[in-house]
Amino acid sequence: MLGPHGAFILASYAAMALIVGGLIVASILDHRAQLRALADLEGRGVRRRGGDEA
Amino acid sequence: MWTKLANPSVFLRWSGAALPWLVALTLGLLAVGLYKSLLLAPADYQQGETVRIMFIHVPAAWLALFFYSTMAASAIGTLVWRHPLADVSQKAAAPIGAAFTLACLVTGALWGKPMWGTYWVWDARLTSVLVLFLMYCGVLALWRTIEDPSRAARAVSILTLVGFVNVPIVKFSVDWWNTLHQPASVFRLDGPTIHPSMLHPLLVMAVAFTLLAVTLHLQRMRTEILRRRVRTLTILEAERLDRRAAA
Repeated sequence: MLGPHGAFILASYAAMALIVGGLIVASILDHRAQLRALADLEGRGVRRRGGDEA
Repeated sequence: MWTKLANPSVFLRWSGAALPWLVALTLGLLAVGLYKSLLLAPADYQQGETVRIMFIHVPAAWLALFFYSTMAASAIGTLVWRHPLADVSQKAAAPIGAAFTLACLVTGALWGKPMWGTYWVWDARLTSVLVLFLMYCGVLALWRTIEDPSRAARAVSILTLVGFVNVPIVKFSVDWWNTLHQPASVFRLDGPTIHPSMLHPLLVMAVAFTLLAVTLHLQRMRTEILRRRVRTLTILEAERLDRRAAA
């Protein structure tokens, strides 16, 4: 179906899926880790003095 | 209005509401794009089926340049207006740009072997894209080197703006030098030179990948804002413990 160079085509799509998939998974795990850390600190009663700074 | 939207707390609210819609739109467009690219588009008269690699290689190349330009625009926001969301945008864009540049290099090499007979040649386009990837790596490394996020943002901004000189070199390398890489075939003054049966899947994939990358950028910006809040609270807690120990 993909001709004599099918392996190169499949390898390209697999590489793209691996790179983009890795980026998505890393982003989700990082976000969850920050949410946990924030909940942990707030659970110990640590609060900001106010303001919306990043 | 922009100032209000760029307030980190307001940003967290509107980006949180937009993300599910962006994810749904991205998935839908990716499904259509993959169907058109792998099943509907005809084989090229010269490249044969290998043309299907172009449907992911070209969007990756566009995004590699787009995200470096986003970082450069954010760098100006950091240096001129010192806006915290500009710092956040810069930091969130770097890994996405690096990933798409890597994808561009890998898919390009996998296309090059059956078409040119080699994975790699040191021609101007390939070399300048490799330099772009190394610039991304440098930016990512510098973010990790300086602990204070505001100081890191200023240092990274300068490096990003110096490295921006490479962006037009990548884009116009195929016009300025004799390269093995083919010249531009979509963004041309006289219009695209690709047959519509291949141009349509390419454009759908380009929009789908752009939406995916923008979604990831918003998500990573949200994470970065949370990281800074965690840092602020950790410092506050350490100060509180110090005061308690001193009393």
